[in-house]
Amino acid sequence: MKKDIILCGVGGQGILSIATIIGEAATEAGINLKQAEVHGMSQRGGDVQSNLRLSTENIYSDLIPQGGADVVISMEPMESLRYLPYLAKTGTIVTSSKPFVNIPNYPDEAALMAELDSMPSVVKLDIESVAKDAGNVRGANMVLLGMAAPFIEILTVEQLRKAISVIFARKGEAIVEANLKAFDMGVEASKK
Amino acid sequence: MKQLLLGDEAIALGAINAGLSGVYAYPGTPSTEITEFIQTNKVARERGIHSRWCTNEKTAMEAALGMSYAGKRALVCMKHVGMNVCADAFVNSAITGVNGGLIVLAADDPSMHSSQNEQDSRFYGKFALIPVFEPSNQQEAYDMVASAFELSESLKVPVLLRIVTRLAHSRAAVEVGELGAENALNPSTDQWVLLPGIARKKYVDLLGKQAEFEKASEASVYNRKETADGQKLGIIACGIGYNYVKENVGDNANILKVSQYPLSPKVIRAFAEENDALLVVEDGQPVVEEAIAGMVGADYPIKGRLTGDLPRTGELTPDCVAKALGKPAGPAFDNAKNLAGRPPQLCQGCGHRDVYTALNQVLAEYPDYRVFGDIGCYTLGALPPFKALSSCVDMGASITMAKGAADAGLFPAVAIIGDSTFTHSGMTGLLDAVNDKSNITVVISDNLTTGMTGGQDSAGTNKFEAICLGLGVEPEHVRVVVPLPKNMPEITRIMKEEIEYNGVSVIIPRRECIQTAARHARERAKQQK
Repeated sequence: MKKDIILCGVGGQGILSIATIIGEAATEAGINLKQAEVHGMSQRGGDVQSNLRLSTENIYSDLIPQGGADVVISMEPMESLRYLPYLAKTGTIVTSSKPFVNIPNYPDEAALMAELDSMPSVVKLDIESVAKDAGNVRGANMVLLGMAAPFIEILTVEQLRKAISVIFARKGEAIVEANLKAFDMGVEASKK
Repeated sequence: MKQLLLGDEAIALGAINAGLSGVYAYPGTPSTEITEFIQTNKVARERGIHSRWCTNEKTAMEAALGMSYAGKRALVCMKHVGMNVCADAFVNSAITGVNGGLIVLAADDPSMHSSQNEQDSRFYGKFALIPVFEPSNQQEAYDMVASAFELSESLKVPVLLRIVTRLAHSRAAVEVGELGAENALNPSTDQWVLLPGIARKKYVDLLGKQAEFEKASEASVYNRKETADGQKLGIIACGIGYNYVKENVGDNANILKVSQYPLSPKVIRAFAEENDALLVVEDGQPVVEEAIAGMVGADYPIKGRLTGDLPRTGELTPDCVAKALGKPAGPAFDNAKNLAGRPPQLCQGCGHRDVYTALNQVLAEYPDYRVFGDIGCYTLGALPPFKALSSCVDMGASITMAKGAADAGLFPAVAIIGDSTFTHSGMTGLLDAVNDKSNITVVISDNLTTGMTGGQDSAGTNKFEAICLGLGVEPEHVRVVVPLPKNMPEITRIMKEEIEYNGVSVIIPRRECIQTAARHARERAKQQK
């Protein structure tokens, strides 16, 4: 079994934390993993992405081929569309529904949402509002991970929860609980 | 034990476990994380392994050579263009030879994710006539460090370790070995004095070692041949190119995996004879494709980047390699319609923003002005909304290009350079300008850090006024300002005064990078807890 995932967003939105948690869960489960990140210049408010490949078999390429990604997980709706050529025809987009506008030529929001909704499989949610409701304004990325969890399949929801506990452990019990709560709300939202 | 490591981290840990005594480096994407890993590693700290940042790649290369002279194992790390900066020391280190193992790590950036060119450092290995290692994955990156140190010590030459962005910044599980001992202090008794008489002899020695280097490549565990029944296309897969080939063909191909150079003509010819044609898959420039043309005969069909079977520019991808292998593209969605580019930009609240706002305001009065830029976050001042720069070429070129343009009669000629870039390669150019009394205005935009690569220490912090005065800039023309919107009247007044001064003037807008300021605030809060 294999799962190819593209994580994306805008520099500073916390996609690498999501990658770290999936990486921890995969390592703990003994699943092979390759994760190509973007560092350096692109992190300054530009588009960022990470190719995350999980497999029970040997993984060669660090990059996912076009039409190969099972899931695109995006912190920003327009950014989720940037990687369409990489999404498998049977793949799913899991994205925040709230635009992050830091460029003058951001597309028309209604047209953007219509295009997103025209995709065969999309789950979108205002993750920042959900995180705020959960009392964890910085936990939007955990809400997103929760939404994506059912589509990652090669890892169980429980394995991902455990990885969140491990990764945030050094920040204290309260932070762990807040992030688990945000994650759980994401999982629930995904079921609707 | 397996650990999840970036390619860069695998190299760093491999070096520590191989008995490293010092890493010497200047930050540069995608190589920075190697030195950062060593700086924060517990064993490295306990052992006192040298890991402080150097002023530039040349000082790094020379210090590493000095450590090797003293008998210990040294690693020097840089991004590919850093090889140009240290080339004098690098090429000559092949002539002096080494004592303790010496690895020169060059992190190339095909596709120019964070760079101004995509030069291939394997050319430098060939140029200096030394062995080159090119890992295909994170495990090899880890393992190769020990192998490269051993080869360096047994053959008495520096070894070039060449990686690319996709390996440097990609994570995978790595089987980590035991911690080895450092070398004892054991200074060389050989003469490393490259006077012509000695250098000629040493150069002949280096040429004499080439056959041994080839034998080492032939015997290397990192080079191997894979064969499949009925296949007549031979694929030469270099470095991470191997991964893209395997991704597409699995075990069903004739592959010559190349991860250690120099190429062995014997092996290449034998592989060519077993096949009807060769496809060279290499990430970077067509180094191997060019080299093997001289080994297999003019009529032998070779495909690669030069023939257009693979793109001439940019990094390899599984898709472009699939195409070169004649595999039809699978079903995929077209590009989205509602999509705009999102280029990187200066952070909100960054001091460089205030510097550009002031510069643009002042220079609007001068129809013929030019601003010569340099390498760092502030290069983003070339993009909207500022559109302030006319050039950005290499580390330090802002000052010297402004000088040359001023020599030609251009006015006003303004240079803008960051604090770390100034100490890296700007100081010598400023001395030229002072000696010539060139009519230039130099802005050293000092954010107290090396910002673009993530906030590493900057070599000249707290020393800039002293450096400028020491180089001979007149005291009344070294001006310090604080780049904040509320200071705009003062900044623009000072800029105008210094542009109007016929000679060298230096303006130092100084305010800490907002990223490092936030980090330092968090660290202070943590300490107070």
